[in-house]
Amino acid sequence: MTTLARAINSGLHRALEADPKVLLTGEDIGRLGGVFRVTEGLQEAFGEDRVIDAPLAESGIVGTAIGLIMRGYRVVVEIQFDGFVYPAFDQIVTQAARLNYRTAGRQGVPMVIRIPFGGGIGAIEHHSESPEAYFCHTPGLKVVAPSNASDAHWMIQQAIASPDPVIFLEPKRRYHAAGGDIDDEAAAGLHDARIAKSGADATLIAWGPSVLTCLEAAKASEYDLEVLDLRSLSPVDWPSVYASVARTRRAIVVQEAPRTLGLGSELAARLHEDLFYDMEAPVLRVTGYDIPYPPARLEREYLPSVDRILDAVDRSLSA
Amino acid sequence: MCQAAAQVIRPDARGRALDDDPSTGGVSFRPLSAADAGGASSLGPALGDDGGPMVQLLDASGRRWPDEHFDFPDVDVLPNWLRDMVLARRFDSEATALQRHGELALWPPCLGQEAAQVGAARALGDRDVAFPSYREHAVVLTLGLPYRQLLALFRGCDGGAWEGLDRVRNYQMIIGAQTLHATGYAMGMQLDAAGSPPDAATLVFHGDGATSQGDVNEAYLFAASRNAPVVFFCQNNQWAISEPVTLQSRTPLHRRADGFGFPGIRVDGNDVLAVHAVTTWALERARRGEGPALIEAYTYRMGAHTTSDDPTKYRTDDESRAWADRDPIDRLATYLKAEDLIDDAWLAGLDAEARDFGADVRAAVADLRDATMASLFDNVYAEITDELRAQRREHEGELA
Ligand SMILES: Cc1ncc(C[n+]2csc(CCOP(=O)(O)OP(=O)(O)O)c2C)c(N)n1
Ligand SMILES: [Mg+2]
Repeated sequence: MTTLARAINSGLHRALEADPKVLLTGEDIGRLGGVFRVTEGLQEAFGEDRVIDAPLAESGIVGTAIGLIMRGYRVVVEIQFDGFVYPAFDQIVTQAARLNYRTAGRQGVPMVIRIPFGGGIGAIEHHSESPEAYFCHTPGLKVVAPSNASDAHWMIQQAIASPDPVIFLEPKRRYHAAGGDIDDEAAAGLHDARIAKSGADATLIAWGPSVLTCLEAAKASEYDLEVLDLRSLSPVDWPSVYASVARTRRAIVVQEAPRTLGLGSELAARLHEDLFYDMEAPVLRVTGYDIPYPPARLEREYLPSVDRILDAVDRSLSA
Repeated sequence: MCQAAAQVIRPDARGRALDDDPSTGGVSFRPLSAADAGGASSLGPALGDDGGPMVQLLDASGRRWPDEHFDFPDVDVLPNWLRDMVLARRFDSEATALQRHGELALWPPCLGQEAAQVGAARALGDRDVAFPSYREHAVVLTLGLPYRQLLALFRGCDGGAWEGLDRVRNYQMIIGAQTLHATGYAMGMQLDAAGSPPDAATLVFHGDGATSQGDVNEAYLFAASRNAPVVFFCQNNQWAISEPVTLQSRTPLHRRADGFGFPGIRVDGNDVLAVHAVTTWALERARRGEGPALIEAYTYRMGAHTTSDDPTKYRTDDESRAWADRDPIDRLATYLKAEDLIDDAWLAGLDAEARDFGADVRAAVADLRDATMASLFDNVYAEITDELRAQRREHEGELA
C-alpha cells in the first residue's frame, strides 16, 4: 500500500537512477523535499547537482531548464502550486512548446513540468487551480494527469522518457490518501485512456482528482455507469473515448476547471462531430463555474460533487 | 537619464556631502555591533551575517548607538510603538493557535518581524499607500485597519473583502507581483503632481526570496527609469520557505539597488528606531521627487513559514536561538525601562491589554461570516454577464 506522493517519489527515484542526465529542479524540492514532500530524500540520494533547490523564479526555472536540455539533460521541473506556473507561462508557451518546431526537429524538449493541481484541500488563493486547458490549447505540449498511485509511478517515468515537453498534473488532494499498490509494470502507455470501472448505461469521463469522485458517483448510482480515466489530456486517446461512448451511448464529462472552453468542451465537440448518431443524449458537462476558484469555505459548492454528477446522469438517461 | 540616475544615488538626507561608496548608496554605516556579530558568527551562512554595514540605533541588548546619518529624537512615542509590537505579536500567536484548532485554513506568522513592520508602518504619511505581501499583519494592525479581514482571508471566508484600500492594498500571494503595482501607483502619483514633487509615495513590502522574481527586478527597473516615488521594503528574514537567502543572492540584498541606479540601504530590521529613521528618510526623498530606494530590513522569521511548514527540516535550533537573542520586542522594552519611559506596572498593564485583545481576536473569528456563492458570481466582473447570471441561477437551483 502506498500513496500517490510516494509513488511519484519512487518513480522519480528510478528515473534518476536509470539515467545520469535526468535532473530535478524547483523551489524547496531539495532539503525540504518539496512542500508536498514528493521529492523527499532524492537530494540526499542523488546530490545537490541533480536535485536542485532553485531560486524563487519560475520563469528562470523553466527557462534555464530549456538551456540544460539544449545541453543534453532531461529536466524535471517542479512548480510548487498550480497558481505559480503563470510567471513561467511565457517560457513554456513561447519557448518549450515550440523548440522542436522552430528547429525543424533538430532540438527536442525532454522536459517534464510537474504541477500539483486542482482543489479540495481548503487552501488560500492561487493554490487550487485547474489550468489544464491553457496547456492543452498550446500546440507542442503534451499534458497528462494520473489519478492513482500506480499510474503516477509509471507515468512519471514515461513522461521523463518522452522526447516532448510534458505537463504532468498531479491531483494534490489525492497525494496522501492511501492509493493502492504499484503494479509491476505500466498498465498502459503514457497517452492511453483507461476504463476505471466498466458499465453499460453511460460513460463518465474524468481525469486527475475527478476520477475518484466519479467512481464514488458510480457506486452511489442506481445505473450501471462506466468511468473512463482519460489519463492523457493532450493528446486525448480518442479511440478509447469513442469505443466507450459508442457502447454506453451516453457521455458526461466531469472537470474541476471552469466550464467555458475547458477540456470538456473539446470532448463534447468531438463526440458530437464523430459519434452523433451513436448517442442517445447530448454530452453533458459537470464542471466548476466560470469564476476564479472560491475561498476555502465555499469550495464544496464549486467542485463537482457526487450529487451534481448523479443529477447529470439522471438528465442524460431521461433524455 | 544616466546622469539623473547617478545623482539620485546620493541620498543627501541632511544636505551634507556624503561619502560616495555605491554599495551603501552613499551612506556609510557602523558595522554590526560586536554583541550582534558574536552570537552569530559560528552559525554558518544560513544566518546571512555577511558583516555588511547596517544602520542600527538600538542593539540587541537594548543599548542606544549614535549614527552618522540617522537619529531617533522623539523617544516619547516609543512606548506606543512597543504596544503596537506586543499587540501584533499577540494577534499573530492567537491566529497561529486558531489555525491549529482548525479555525483558519492557514497562517503565515510575522513572529520576529514586528519591529520591521511597525517601524515601516509608522513612517507612512496620510497620503502614502502600502502594498503588502502576505505576512504584513503588524502593518495592517498599526495602521488601524480591521484585523477581522486578515482572519476572514485566512479562514477562507472571502477572497479579500478589504477595507482601507487607499491606505493598504490587499494581501498579495503571488510572490513579487505587488512590486510592479506599487511602482505603477507611484508613477500615477508622480503624474498627478504634474511636475511638482509628488508629496506622496508608495511603500511596497517583499521578501528576500522575492528578489529573485522577474517581476521584482522589473519593478526596480521601472522605478529607476521613471524615478518613481516608491520605496521597496525588503524584509530579509533569512528564509524563503526552506531556501536560505544565500541561495537567492551572492551580494547583500540592498546592493541590488546599485545596478538599477538608486540607493539601497541595510537596516537592522529588529530595531524599530532604525527602521523608522531609514524608512522616513526614504519616503521623504521619494515624496520630494528624488526617486526610489531599496531598504533591506535585516531580520528573522522566528516562526515557521506558515502553519503548514516544518522548519526543523531545514534549519538548526542554534540559529533560531541566536536570533531569539535579537528579539525586537525585548530590546525595546529593555531600553524603555532603562530610560524610565516605562516601568513594570506599565508592562503589566500592556500584558493585560494583550490578553484581552487575544480574547477579542478569538471572538472575532466566531463572528465571521462566509461570503455567498452569489456574491462571488457578482464580483467576477464590474458588469456581470448574462452567462454568469445563468450560472448563478443554475447554482442556486442545485441548492434547492
Ligand atoms: C510566484 C510564486 N511562486 C511561489 C510561491 C510559493 N511561495 C509562497 S511564499 C514563498 C517564499 C517567499 O519567501 P520570501 O520572499 O523570502 O518571503 P517570506 O515568506 O520569507 O516572507 C514561496 C516560494 C508563490 N506564492 N508565488
Ligand atoms: Mg524570506
